[in-house]
Amino acid sequence: MELVPIAGLGLAVTILVLLLREDRPELALLLSLTAGIMIFLLLMDRIATVFNLLQQLAWRANLDLLYLNTVLRIVAIAYIAQFGAQICRDAGESAIGGKIELAGKIMIMFLAVPMLLVILDSVLQLLP
Amino acid sequence: MDFDLIFKIAGIGILISILNTVLHQAGKQEQAQMLTLAGVVIVLLMVVQLLSQLFTAVRTVFRIY
Repeated sequence: MELVPIAGLGLAVTILVLLLREDRPELALLLSLTAGIMIFLLLMDRIATVFNLLQQLAWRANLDLLYLNTVLRIVAIAYIAQFGAQICRDAGESAIGGKIELAGKIMIMFLAVPMLLVILDSVLQLLP
Repeated sequence: MDFDLIFKIAGIGILISILNTVLHQAGKQEQAQMLTLAGVVIVLLMVVQLLSQLFTAVRTVFRIY
């Protein structure tokens, strides 16, 4: 059961961060950043298997792989933007966090544009 | 997954806060500032390596080339 070490790691790091926060806030932030990265790296293999399954399903449904890759890219951008924004908010800089999230949204919109065009074309073809 | 990085950073943090109080008692404020800076730089180097590991992992898993 992989969840127990992750929860334990989170609790241990929270205690250490509290210990460090009152006189060394920057090191406390770096410690929480390290914990976040480590927990994500622990989950990497599971995420990889899920995405491989998605790839096979898309290939079997002979769906164009471009769309799946765009969706994966959007998920990655959303995750990294949320990760950065939360770290900034932890440090008390919610303005910078908001800017990171804004950048993430714009990039996702930018990636969604080709798909919107394809949908528009297919809808126009349906009309008599 | 190596958890010793977390304890290394926590150890450095605690060590620096203790040494800072000692240096403040001894009246050497500027050494204390230097020490804080050195500690932050060391920990930053470690965390930056981990961050690059995270971004390469994300790039491979999410197939962003």
